[in-house]
Amino acid sequence: MNLSAKQGEKFAHAGLALLLLGLLPLALGPYWLNLVGKYLAFSFVAVGIVLAWGYCGILSLGQGVFFGFGGYAMAMFLKLEASAPELPDFMVWSSVEQLPFWWEPYSSFGVTLASIFLVPIPVAFIFAYAIFRKRVSGVYFAIVTIALSMTLVVLNIGQQGETGGANGITDFSTLLGFDIIDDAGKKAIYWVEVALLLTATTLAALLLHSRFGKLLIAVRDREDRVRFSGFDTAMIKAFIFTVSAVLSSVGGAMFALQAGLVTPSLIGAVTSVELVIYAAVGGRLSVVGAVVGALLVGFTKSYLSEHYPETWLFFLGGMFIFVVWVLPNGLADLFRKILRVKT
Amino acid sequence: MPTTSIKEAIVTFGILVMQLFNGLSLFTILLLMALGLAIVFGLMGVINMAHGEIMAMGAYTTYLTASFFERHLPGLMDVYLFVAILLAFCVTFAFGYLLERGFIRWFYHRPLDTLLATWGLSLILQQTYRSVFGAQEVSVPLTAWLSGAWEPTESIQLPLNRIFIVALTILVTLGVWYILHKTRWGLRARAVTQNRAMSSAVGIDTNRVDALIFALGSGLAGIAGSVFTMVGSTNPGTGQLYIVDSFIVVVFGGVASLLGTAASSFLIAQMQTTLEYLMSGSMAKVAILLLVITVLYFRPNGLFASKVRT
Repeated sequence: MNLSAKQGEKFAHAGLALLLLGLLPLALGPYWLNLVGKYLAFSFVAVGIVLAWGYCGILSLGQGVFFGFGGYAMAMFLKLEASAPELPDFMVWSSVEQLPFWWEPYSSFGVTLASIFLVPIPVAFIFAYAIFRKRVSGVYFAIVTIALSMTLVVLNIGQQGETGGANGITDFSTLLGFDIIDDAGKKAIYWVEVALLLTATTLAALLLHSRFGKLLIAVRDREDRVRFSGFDTAMIKAFIFTVSAVLSSVGGAMFALQAGLVTPSLIGAVTSVELVIYAAVGGRLSVVGAVVGALLVGFTKSYLSEHYPETWLFFLGGMFIFVVWVLPNGLADLFRKILRVKT
Repeated sequence: MPTTSIKEAIVTFGILVMQLFNGLSLFTILLLMALGLAIVFGLMGVINMAHGEIMAMGAYTTYLTASFFERHLPGLMDVYLFVAILLAFCVTFAFGYLLERGFIRWFYHRPLDTLLATWGLSLILQQTYRSVFGAQEVSVPLTAWLSGAWEPTESIQLPLNRIFIVALTILVTLGVWYILHKTRWGLRARAVTQNRAMSSAVGIDTNRVDALIFALGSGLAGIAGSVFTMVGSTNPGTGQLYIVDSFIVVVFGGVASLLGTAASSFLIAQMQTTLEYLMSGSMAKVAILLLVITVLYFRPNGLFASKVRT
């Protein structure tokens, strides 16, 4: 097959839709489909990483912060619903007597949804714009973000009474009265998640094909030239970072629904860096690759930590090295070569 | 009554001194770690995320040496520490050298990828420690002449082992300064740091300089590990605890000078211990990070950077 790059990409998107809408739901039982749902939650983040890192050269090792935000926002709502009219159980155990004020908005589903989409926007934008305007970038940015995510974990665990501490938030089973634990509920969530994800991948691809997409690549490869041409590169970088933050937050919310719990480790540095490798394995320049990468690494993780728990870290570490050394553009590149897609 | 208030003042003063002194032991580890990171980052622009695991390697080497002396040379337990520090340095120096030659040097043009690859390496090393030494903590026996404390006044007790590590750290730092600023080899290293292409043109073997600097940085982490065993117990995750803090030190101080690294590790270590004393540990960490980000905002090249580079 000799495909042009555009055709190749269309095939990839169609293939992904077929896989998620047709093959996986038909072939897999409820248990496995739930696992797929969990990995797909991570793939939102991976798509964001492709946009920010692959196309704009911003390596954030703190995506877990936004993932955790979305997850906690959703979990707070679910927990309030599960324990209403009482306080959530972990607050009672820590003898917190009144609902903390920042929990109040999360008793409303509408506000919760809005906050998952909207809160990351000002937070990510102001943080990123301030930093990029000072031309702090590259490894410095990576270090600042990883430190941020580590610090937030410490903070989160420290405030046991208000955040659930190291145990996180768990024990919830209904969303607006619908059961989300049983198979039908899980399946419904899966469809919502796939619909959101396919929307996200399509929008991401459209964004990359627009004029703005070319600008992103230009910023990645020669930022000073773009700046000299009169563009505000800090604004461009902050924008794409914000997009990836919103994607992470949505992914986190889906994770809370699929997994039925959120823990501080989701915010942490280990998760944040693992998320980068999901994108790298799939291909840092391929939106579809990122989703596939998240699925593949996710399944491998579940399989290995279940059967050979000792080998998982060896494997993960080896994968970091292998991908960087041998396959810098990930599996997507391998496929491109096999299918002879012209680039 | 006046006498009680004077007594109180003495006690408060004692607490203050001991608090500062507690900060010093964190300072020594951060400084040794950050020195290695800073010279490597300054020279090659490489972020080595496995630096913490190299420190753990030094700590485990110390532990192994201690076990060996305990079993085979119990009479020499008093001096095992010096052997252990030397061994920790040699092992990590050699490891760093091999790592640079066989691995790091392929990624010089891709700093972000180096970060990921060395993160992968750190995972592998962690799991190796866990498989070999077990997940539980190991600790070394404290040498007899280092246990006890020096009590200059009634309310101040300064543990001897901490005085020892502070002295050791000062010695090592001076040694690094001497090597970098007073030897021909250091001259070459500084030349490559300033202008790689020109150094290469005048006949400096830049590859060799890279490898040796990386090895030296790793060796310093090894000594940090050795020092660490004297104030804490080692487990496979020990390195991870210090890696990000050390990076913050480097970023905060700027990579330009040894003095900057030293000053910044002193500041951060003192802030950390003081704030931990005043509020909870988690709030202390948050406060420090906010401060560092604020400083970075106004001085993107670090607090002590002397010149502006792009």
